[in-house]
Amino acid sequence: MADLSDATRNDIIAKTIGSMPFAQALSMRMGTVGNGEAEMIMPYHPDAVGDPETGVLHGGAVSALLDSCAGAAVLCHPDVSTATATLNLRIDYMRPARPEQDIRARATCYHVTRSIAFVRATATEGGGDRVVATASGAFTLQQTAIG
Amino acid sequence: MARPEPVDVVKARRDKALETLVSGIPYIRFLGVTFDRRGDELTAVLPFSENHIGNAALPAIHGGVTASFLEISAIIQLNWSLIWDQMERGEGPVQPRLPKTIDFTIDYLRSGLPRDAYARARIIRSGRRYASVHVEGWQDNRDRLFAQATAHFLLPSQDG
Repeated sequence: MADLSDATRNDIIAKTIGSMPFAQALSMRMGTVGNGEAEMIMPYHPDAVGDPETGVLHGGAVSALLDSCAGAAVLCHPDVSTATATLNLRIDYMRPARPEQDIRARATCYHVTRSIAFVRATATEGGGDRVVATASGAFTLQQTAIG
Repeated sequence: MARPEPVDVVKARRDKALETLVSGIPYIRFLGVTFDRRGDELTAVLPFSENHIGNAALPAIHGGVTASFLEISAIIQLNWSLIWDQMERGEGPVQPRLPKTIDFTIDYLRSGLPRDAYARARIIRSGRRYASVHVEGWQDNRDRLFAQATAHFLLPSQDG
């Protein structure tokens, strides 16, 4: 993708990540993407509730958002020109995501080697700074991913 | 010594208790996850759906779907073990408060193929307040895991 302008490349990455069927199933949408940083938003979704008593989202849905956002951060890093796949991801759940609040993920790809990209990500709630989860992970950098 | 309970009574009670744990959770229904039970052993089943795709070019199951599936498997296994004794005494069906996930770490070992997936969770340690659970996920071959995860949970307090 070396011949593409940064803006075009970032636009393609945003469209690729945002159009994944599961991202669409949870109505995730990309925010800004570029230079190894990405932002992604997931609206509150009754189908994603993990505890019907409290209406709190299931951790898995927050994890899916953080994973997608982290993948976008890897793809838009200046030193990355291949496909990527998650190798591992650790999620720490700081506090429950309150009902009716959007979740906003921000991810930074902070180090890249020839074969691995390292990412940190944070999920906040309702457009504020209330952190619901943080994540860190390693992503593969190779044409055919794993398998 | 009392005669053992008829097998269909035992099975019906266990199946109902499991159904009570699983059916109320919207996200489990949304993903279509079901549970197979053999005695106290649970296997979580994730039937393939086009909605679960992440990378459409491969195609592969979204990593977030796999993570969700393994986390669901761990939580239900934990709750199942928490209600087991009470259920077997005939005090069911019980719906305990859900354990809270503290952290969840997943390894992706192979790309998730567009077909059904299975998971089994093993409770490594469950104390009064915390539990540590390991989950294995596979697709066609039980010995070829496509993902594994370790998670820690905060258990609901015993008195409420």
